[in-house]
Amino acid sequence: MHIDTHTGLDSPKGNWWKPAHKAEKTWVVIAFAWCMVLFAMMPLWHWKGGQNPSGIRRRTNPAQFYQRTLEFTKQYKVGEDRGMPIVAPPPGSDVYLTALSFQWTPILRLQRGKEYILHLSSLDVNHGFSLYPINVNFQVVPGYDYGLRVTPNSSGDFRIICNEFCGIGHHTMVGRVIVDEPTAAPPSTPGGGQ
Amino acid sequence: MTTATVPAGSVGPATDVPPGTRFRTCEFTGRSLHDTAMSLTRANAVVSVVALLIGAIAAVLIVLTRWQAVHLLPAVWFYRILGVHGMSMLIFFIIFFEMAVLHFCSTALLNARCSAPKTSWLAFGLMAAGALTVEGLMWAGKADVLFTSYVPLRAHPMFYLGVIVFAVGALLVCGVFFANLVVAKRERTYVGSMPLVVYGAMTAAIIAVITLVHGAMIYIPTFLWSLGYMNVDPQVYRLLWWALGHSSQQINVAAMVAIWYMLGALTIGAVVLNEKISRSAFVLYILFISMASAHHLLVDPGMGTAWKITNTSYFMYMAVLASMLHGFTVPAGMELGMRLRGFTNGMFEWLRKAPWGDPGFSSLVLSVVVFGFVGGITGVTIGTEQINIIVHNTLRSPGHFHATVVSGTAMAFMGVTYYLLPLVFQRKVAFWKLAKIQPYIFATGMFIFTISMTFAGSFGVPRRHWDISFTQAPFDVQFNPAVDVLLALVALGGLTAATGAFIFIAIAVKSVFFGEPLGRVTPQVAMVGVPQGLTHPPQHAPDVNARWEELHGPKMGWMGPAPGTLVLVFVFLGAFMLYFFVNWKVLSFVWRIG
Repeated sequence: MHIDTHTGLDSPKGNWWKPAHKAEKTWVVIAFAWCMVLFAMMPLWHWKGGQNPSGIRRRTNPAQFYQRTLEFTKQYKVGEDRGMPIVAPPPGSDVYLTALSFQWTPILRLQRGKEYILHLSSLDVNHGFSLYPINVNFQVVPGYDYGLRVTPNSSGDFRIICNEFCGIGHHTMVGRVIVDEPTAAPPSTPGGGQ
Repeated sequence: MTTATVPAGSVGPATDVPPGTRFRTCEFTGRSLHDTAMSLTRANAVVSVVALLIGAIAAVLIVLTRWQAVHLLPAVWFYRILGVHGMSMLIFFIIFFEMAVLHFCSTALLNARCSAPKTSWLAFGLMAAGALTVEGLMWAGKADVLFTSYVPLRAHPMFYLGVIVFAVGALLVCGVFFANLVVAKRERTYVGSMPLVVYGAMTAAIIAVITLVHGAMIYIPTFLWSLGYMNVDPQVYRLLWWALGHSSQQINVAAMVAIWYMLGALTIGAVVLNEKISRSAFVLYILFISMASAHHLLVDPGMGTAWKITNTSYFMYMAVLASMLHGFTVPAGMELGMRLRGFTNGMFEWLRKAPWGDPGFSSLVLSVVVFGFVGGITGVTIGTEQINIIVHNTLRSPGHFHATVVSGTAMAFMGVTYYLLPLVFQRKVAFWKLAKIQPYIFATGMFIFTISMTFAGSFGVPRRHWDISFTQAPFDVQFNPAVDVLLALVALGGLTAATGAFIFIAIAVKSVFFGEPLGRVTPQVAMVGVPQGLTHPPQHAPDVNARWEELHGPKMGWMGPAPGTLVLVFVFLGAFMLYFFVNWKVLSFVWRIG
């Protein structure tokens, strides 16, 4: 079958389109099959899995989105923590979170096991939504409204870290999300640490 | 390199070359080396090492800041130096070195001449001018926008112009590369098809053209935006910028794989297992790899599910298939090369008896192993649409790409430098004892660094962040105490790797500028400062084709001519599957999102 043993530095002579050995073909087939598994997992998870970045996505105007956030804040405001409004929207509602250098507004108060549509957008530059310590991350792009259906599966006091460089105050940009047990009576907000 | 083929050198340069074109004959390979082409290779390689030095100093400052116990730099300088590190390493070091590789492969390996010396020097000048402009502005604090310069973060207009000028230079070199191939073919400086290594370099050049066109598509509008002439949509910027940013990593992959084949041949006489498979894999890179821009946009609001799945998977993982093929054919070619030279006992005699003291060889092996096991596996996994939710912009991301572009590409570039010093610069490798251990120091450091970073990222530690103790933030953030240990390990690994890089730079600078001329090399006599592959050329016996037939015959059974490699790739596949599905499991625990 073969015959011109050579290295990668030598010019192969004549026709080099030669059949591969059985062992090589086996690896090609197995590698190809694995690639198909890698691929299939993504549509499969959209069908059966619970975590997908699809969302309701649309263009928006930063000023308009901020206006919507302010209205939402006013409508469901239940308290304040160091000057930042705390907002407790009813389950199933649209929730608006605006990122701007260098804060997340408002503070959200959600209930475990209930679905919300969390709208993310930015007023100025790119920001990164990173829910700590759950480690859920989304890109927040100015001019785009990313509406994600979220269902908290644990209660507690969570943080939103900005994980996209947004300027010199980037490392001070931390927001807050509180998740209550679903049966909890109207909330009395605990302090946010420090 | 083998006795079985007509030495390419016997064909020699054509006679109708322009007057004044001077060649010398390589004493090791018998190839004809064009003086100007070698000067171009040297110039690009030297500038590349200067950029590496700047990038490595920046790296030390960065790890010492992210190590919270030291926290060296103030915030503004941290972000500034982080930008400098990215540009110096990922653009200037890597691309200048790739230009050296393009000049070298399109001439030396084909006995050919550089077809356009003036254009080549102009390109070099443009690239140097662009690089200087960008570096100057970054250090001066006029471009604190990090490597990605996401609009609407704004840098000085000259920053964008500097990048454009650099890219035009690089594009010119790609043009010269293709012209060299055409001229070599026309002047019949070699017979048969071009060698596999040149084919790989050509793949890199084609991907470079695709990449640089994307670069023009985004940097020219951004330059105009910075002057106030037009608007640039932040999401469109991210899409097109990553068509530059990620595709340029695929130039690195193609160039690195080409160098793997080159180092295998030079160090242990690795043979090409099957030209069809290796070349088809390179074609898969060209066809599909530019789609990887999507890896950075998986949790972005601008694109839909179908777009994300199609693109992030390089249309059903065809470029991953390519890497898995090279991941087999490179070590299998090495194994077969050793077996053909008589190391046929058991599964792994070919590895045990390999020249581990040859820095070219150890760099090659370490580059393949860390690139595959750490860089490759993490890369494909975190580039999965949904898994990216628990990865995006955490330390897992730089953990991955330092395993590919540093432990893989930079390591391979360092390894081939130990051969280019005698072959192209005609100098002995300085600090020879250090050179022998340098690959191990560098690879060990990078391994600790990338693994620790990956784990720290799993705890949600953000990348590109000055202070994860959040002392100035309105709300406290308490990381798991394990994170402190992991970040200390990141620093330890980073400093070890930086030591390896500094040793490499010292060796390169000393050899090139103050080095001992190579002098006479006697075959089969070990010599300080000359890699074993040159003093003991890995030649194959005259009956190599008969040996090849025997190793492909029924005696070796179904596992074929490279059974050791087959075992290794299945270990790799097992690790890959485990890591991939563990990540799905971890993902399934987080909040429901859709």
